[in-house]
Amino acid sequence: MKQSKPILEVRDLLKTFGAVVAAKDINVDVNRGEIVGIIGANGAGKTCFVNMVTGYLKPTSGSIVFDGIELVGKGPREVTHAGISRSFQVSQVFHTMTVAENLTIALAIATNRGVRALSEMETPELTLQRDAVLKRYQLENYKDMTVNVLSQGVRKLLDIAMAVVSEPRILLLDEPTSGISVEEKFDFMDVVMGALKEDNVTVLFVEHDMEIVERYVSRVLAFYQGEIIADMSPKKALADSKVQEFVIGKRH
Amino acid sequence: MLRDNTSKVVFIGGILIIAFGFFAPNWIVNQLMFGFSRALAILGLLVLWRTGLVSFGHAFYFGLGAYTVAILDIQLGVTDVFLRLFGGACLAGLAGFLVGFIMRNYRDIFFAMLNTAISMVLYGIIVKTESLGSTDGFAISLPTIFGVAPETKYPLFVVITVIAMVSALLVNFYLKTTVGRLTTPIRDNEIRVEYLGFSVAHAIHLKYTMSAILAGGAGALMAMSLGQVDPDSMINWTVSGELVFITILSGPGNVIAPFIGSLVFEVLRTYAFELAPHLWQLIVGGTFLTIIFFLPGGIWSLIVKFGRNKS
Repeated sequence: MKQSKPILEVRDLLKTFGAVVAAKDINVDVNRGEIVGIIGANGAGKTCFVNMVTGYLKPTSGSIVFDGIELVGKGPREVTHAGISRSFQVSQVFHTMTVAENLTIALAIATNRGVRALSEMETPELTLQRDAVLKRYQLENYKDMTVNVLSQGVRKLLDIAMAVVSEPRILLLDEPTSGISVEEKFDFMDVVMGALKEDNVTVLFVEHDMEIVERYVSRVLAFYQGEIIADMSPKKALADSKVQEFVIGKRH
Repeated sequence: MLRDNTSKVVFIGGILIIAFGFFAPNWIVNQLMFGFSRALAILGLLVLWRTGLVSFGHAFYFGLGAYTVAILDIQLGVTDVFLRLFGGACLAGLAGFLVGFIMRNYRDIFFAMLNTAISMVLYGIIVKTESLGSTDGFAISLPTIFGVAPETKYPLFVVITVIAMVSALLVNFYLKTTVGRLTTPIRDNEIRVEYLGFSVAHAIHLKYTMSAILAGGAGALMAMSLGQVDPDSMINWTVSGELVFITILSGPGNVIAPFIGSLVFEVLRTYAFELAPHLWQLIVGGTFLTIIFFLPGGIWSLIVKFGRNKS
């Protein structure tokens, strides 16, 4: 069966910091609608990969093509405009503002590009949109609370919600469940994945927790020392001997 | 959310003050003119402060505006108040736009002190240049308004008050736009702003240029109300310090705050100087400490408190 063209094509990506090789020979095609889990030990190059795709780091060589557009050389802002958003390992939100204010400014930036940035921000439509996002991410109860006082879990939900308001076609989540308690993690991921499914977004997410990986992804990329050592279904990946040795760290 | 009555208050307040000025004695009209002129510069600093940027060098733009008026008057014989104001604000705005390409890359103390450095260069040039009045400065003729040379300062006071009203309304609107709202977000987290798709550099550049235009306008109006310019009262670093002082005294809460803060400052300085010629700096400094300790939101926070208790 011939598949439609992949939405993200990564070719021969290389990133070095002096003598340190952070990423090497990265070749990946991601298809529309896939949920891809990126796993690997600390320092394996996962976040480096996310940073290169989202324009935060410039690769030493190689290419990243998103829907026909070359992303290498573009900065975070241009990558966002192209249709790729990201969330952060440590939530990056506006900590002295309320949850509602955070979402309002995110929505306003996404909808008011160019000279429209000089029009009044808070319109009734924007408030409606904001309330819909609050509801979808189950943030209604925290609406008027300042981010400073919220738990890490709520901040991470907000962080992801803010990344999605621009209606990206690809979303990269950097360790969405880090800092979230074991009891909360499945509920948290259910909210996030449920909301993302509605938006039909292609998702790539970095994750340490194999339970989460098993449950939510359709495909696994395993990183080890800057290279991809496995690209397969989660079931196969978790059974793969190399993945077990270098990523999960099971003792034989 | 509370409904924003700012525009209404600016409009009604402005008209009442213009009416009051007609009956008020001269020294009060003078205080109001100085206060409102300077308040324009504070409006710009307020926008920067909300963004987490403090400039210790906006006397550069204040001075540019003031000296433009002097040059227009002496070299070119321009007397019209609006032409003078326009010239001062435009030149300062152009300078701010150019300098903005540098400033938008700096934050915190570097931003503050780079501005000081630039203002001191201008100060040095003017002090050393005979044709720019050196340390003496220039006397400036009273401006004409729509071709009429007024006999008192009252017409100029009306013009300044109207300009102040218009500026307050414009800045108030700006602060409601998407780019205008990018103050606290930039202060809190620049990376997130970039990833939401807005250029922090562009946003800061716009705010900086706006603040330069406002400071230039302030300098131009101040030059005309005082009737003179000289480097020490227009461009020296102490002037920049005064502007920052009034910004903190006013508080960042509302566009009306700078006008109240500037008036309080004028009155405070005048009385402190009259009552205790040798201690006035002590009085001004003491006020500053009191504000920082007890009213970190400035005078505006008192007004907000008062309003809440009433309702």
